Amino acid sequence: MGNPMTDQAYTPEKQAPTDGRAGKKPDIIRVEGMHKWYGDFHVLKDLNLTVAQGERIVICGPSGSGKSTFIRCINRLEEHQQGKIIVDDVELTDDVRQIDSVRREVGMVFQQFNLFPHLTVLENCCLSPIWVRKTPRKEAEATAMEYLERVKIPDQANKYPSQLSGGQQQRVAIARALCMKPRIMLFDEPTSALDPEMIKEVLDVMIELAGSGMTMLCVTHEMGFAKTVADRVIFMAGGEIVEQAPPHEFFSNPKEPRTQKFLEQILQH
Amino acid sequence: MTEPTMKAPRKAVRPVKWMRENLFSGWFNTVLTLGVAYLLVTSVGPLLNWFFLDANFVGSDPSACTGAGACWVFINQRLNFFIYGFYPDELQWRVNVMFLLLAVAFVPQFIERFPGRKWLGIFGIFGLPVVGYFLIPGGSFGLEAVESSKWGGLMLTLVLAYIGIIASLPIGILLALGRRSEMPIIRGISVVFIEVWRAVPLITVLFMASVMLPLFLPEGVNIEKLARALIGITLWQSAYMAEVVRGGLQAIPRGQYEAASALGLGYWRRMGLVILPQALKMVIPGIVNTFIALFKDTTLVLIIGLLDVLGTVQSTVSDPTWQNVATEGYVFVAFCFWVFCFGISRYSQKLERKLDTGHKT
Amino acid sequence: MKQQRIDAGPAGPVPWYDPRVRSLFFQAIAIALVFWGGWVLVDNTLSNMESRGISTGFGFLNKTAGFGIIMNLVPYDATMSYGRTFWVGLTNTLLVSAMGVVTATILGFIIGVARLSSNWLVARMALVYIEVIRNIPLLLQIFFWYFAVLRNLPSPRQSLDVGGILFLNNRGLYLPGPMPQEGFGIVWGGILLAIAAVVGIRIRARKRQLATGQIFPAFRVGLAILVFVPVVSFLVAGRPLEWDLPVLRGFNFGGGITIIPELAALWIALSLYTASFIAEIVRSGILSVSKGQTEASRALGLPNGLTLRLVVIPQAMRVIIPPLTSQYLNLVKNSSLATAIGYPDLVAVFMGTTLNQTGQAVEVVAITMAVYLTISLLISLFMNIYNRAVAIKER
Repeated sequence: MGNPMTDQAYTPEKQAPTDGRAGKKPDIIRVEGMHKWYGDFHVLKDLNLTVAQGERIVICGPSGSGKSTFIRCINRLEEHQQGKIIVDDVELTDDVRQIDSVRREVGMVFQQFNLFPHLTVLENCCLSPIWVRKTPRKEAEATAMEYLERVKIPDQANKYPSQLSGGQQQRVAIARALCMKPRIMLFDEPTSALDPEMIKEVLDVMIELAGSGMTMLCVTHEMGFAKTVADRVIFMAGGEIVEQAPPHEFFSNPKEPRTQKFLEQILQH
Repeated sequence: MTEPTMKAPRKAVRPVKWMRENLFSGWFNTVLTLGVAYLLVTSVGPLLNWFFLDANFVGSDPSACTGAGACWVFINQRLNFFIYGFYPDELQWRVNVMFLLLAVAFVPQFIERFPGRKWLGIFGIFGLPVVGYFLIPGGSFGLEAVESSKWGGLMLTLVLAYIGIIASLPIGILLALGRRSEMPIIRGISVVFIEVWRAVPLITVLFMASVMLPLFLPEGVNIEKLARALIGITLWQSAYMAEVVRGGLQAIPRGQYEAASALGLGYWRRMGLVILPQALKMVIPGIVNTFIALFKDTTLVLIIGLLDVLGTVQSTVSDPTWQNVATEGYVFVAFCFWVFCFGISRYSQKLERKLDTGHKT
Repeated sequence: MKQQRIDAGPAGPVPWYDPRVRSLFFQAIAIALVFWGGWVLVDNTLSNMESRGISTGFGFLNKTAGFGIIMNLVPYDATMSYGRTFWVGLTNTLLVSAMGVVTATILGFIIGVARLSSNWLVARMALVYIEVIRNIPLLLQIFFWYFAVLRNLPSPRQSLDVGGILFLNNRGLYLPGPMPQEGFGIVWGGILLAIAAVVGIRIRARKRQLATGQIFPAFRVGLAILVFVPVVSFLVAGRPLEWDLPVLRGFNFGGGITIIPELAALWIALSLYTASFIAEIVRSGILSVSKGQTEASRALGLPNGLTLRLVVIPQAMRVIIPPLTSQYLNLVKNSSLATAIGYPDLVAVFMGTTLNQTGQAVEVVAITMAVYLTISLLISLFMNIYNRAVAIKER
């Protein structure tokens, strides 16, 4: 298996707001025959994936299946050795300018938040708009406050990350990524490092974001999130894409034995 | 699972690839690599020549040094002096016994699975000083007495460092406990003591010990120069030791103190049975590091006229019979210190890593 | 039925078992011991000094010293007082410490960064440097530079000569001394103007960036101004600077600036030795910034240079600065090894010669220790202020 699905089948019903690029091709990410090795260890094997603009994808799979590595390749935090990754019409190569231009358009949220501890929440959010987008500070701060309101913590703007709870920190991290006005958001297990009572507040923000038409790639074990939000669920194991399907089909009628086993384990409680 | 197992691409050209990535990535790195390589090539050759090819190794007097390189004959001839100072030749076996015991006690510490190495270590800390106390100065058990003014060289260096560290340990522990005490006066005294000693250079301490100590003592009481130096070194070192031990005490979780109190143990039992054994184990690397620092600092005693290993070399390189042998002498001393310090620091790093993983959950 | 007594609180323990009483008791003993010890020492010292005919007090500071010192930053000759020798020694200590701190910091940062270089050869060389230098006693290194290297240079008549303006021999390094002529004020003016301009540009650039987002290349422009303006003002003023060249007179050089070999040896050894410790501090400081931080910064689109400047360095500096200051303190203390090669620092001049000549051991040792104690207290005061500032920022 591992055949890439054609994307028309899963294009979301409500079309994403097109922010002035309506004439463009709807494919925003294309991954073709991508391989990655760590030394001799073959981590990612022949991945093929096409993501349409505004599509929301959840990637799941057992630990060590390469799912985090995969989305880290999409903004080149990891480099691939074979195949092609094209993000927003820019192919990821060794060229630093291309990598930087892709990273400007792709926001990322990490499992460990990775907020900058020496900067306040507001400064965390403004850093990249000011230095990379060359936005005036007033404007950058206004935008940052807007997003902090959207993630419901405008009152924490002048605190330092260490003064916030895990859930708050992760919401700041989402706001920080959004401040760059990215066209794509990558989530690398955003709720795995959180205490149970904080997971919901982060998921709520992510659901709200999904409703706004953002293209999202999300590595997560939150199957409830996948059911309500995802347009497509991808199951990875052993560095391969084993199965992909819309959530209702994926959860009710998994085709591959490995998928069935995984779902049994994860849904039994 | 039917996909073929693939090998990483471009594997065959690995050394070339390694060099491109690690030596020649970008023009800046290339320039850097070439520059460093040039310096290495131009300096290693002459150094090798000086050390080995043009050097003289055998002979019995300065006339044997005919080559353009190092005159190792000098080290050869004076080696006895560099190791034992003026310790009488026929009694040097006593020093050799101590060297041997030292090696027996501490070399196994580098070997992970050596049987009974813990007991050898304990002997090295508690038993060895006792043996040394009788063996080196002599004067009892029918051993001929050797005045401390005759001690010198590497042996004196080891004596200073060893006694300095062993004697400062208990004082340091008391000071550390004092600094963490709840009694303000005890705490104040400890803080002042520690901070004053840590603020002043060792050399002023040694000056003070050699000049002022005789003034402090009642008339008629006289202590020899070596003992004065040792008192100075011990007091100075105990301040550093206290800070190391305090680090360990602070690292013990509060729960341990509370649990010990809950068992109904009094202060000294609480510290001696529960807290200190854990804290001391944790600070072994720190103690080893201060030992290395002290070991290097013992060279300062030559300024107050004691002949440690550097002192013996320094006093012979100015000997007019040997011309221009200063470099050889310094290289010899540097080598002695380097082997000791590097070896011990490797040991402490290994220990640090081991203790570190032991404490992570 | 027995009546309960309810008027008293919990019954107090027997005094000996009351922790507060015990604590007071122990502290009283401690004070008594300290005072008793102090009294014994003072008493012994006084009677010893009396029997040796040594007077007490600081009166000796006003007596004529009568010995020469090979290097002095404050005016000094043998007719001046012992008090003056203190200042000569202190300024010499501060001079070599300041020189050492600057070079050790520069060298240490370079080697620390080299240790993390992706260039295998450079990283290895940095490692070798660190492991060799820091495991050899400093005193030995000072001896090596002084006796084996500088003392083996040719005599003044056979000096190493660089273009007739710079001479190196076993008496020291001789440099031309600048002698500002009339009109040099214009050059000073130019320098001040350039500095003011650079500060102004920085402030403007920052303001403009905040307002419009445009980033002005303040560093490059500032550097250009710093070079350009003084040079132009120098030329406009008619090159009002002459050089006092060192000239061989008899057996030695005269004129110019002399760096005596004692100072040079001490400076080189202190810099190289301390640099090896600073390099390790810098390395571990940079490594302490977690990989997630750089990844997050890259993911936000910040290029390598900005990631280093805005994310890595500010965080690394917090880890680096506390141990760095204690290395500076070590360097100041280690500068006292000067006495072994005869560089006239505080310990060599004051605790050495002055003490020997006057015999005022207690006073001299007390003054010397007080100086080092003051330096150390100033440094820890600075550290406390710094730590508090950082703590406020993070908490």
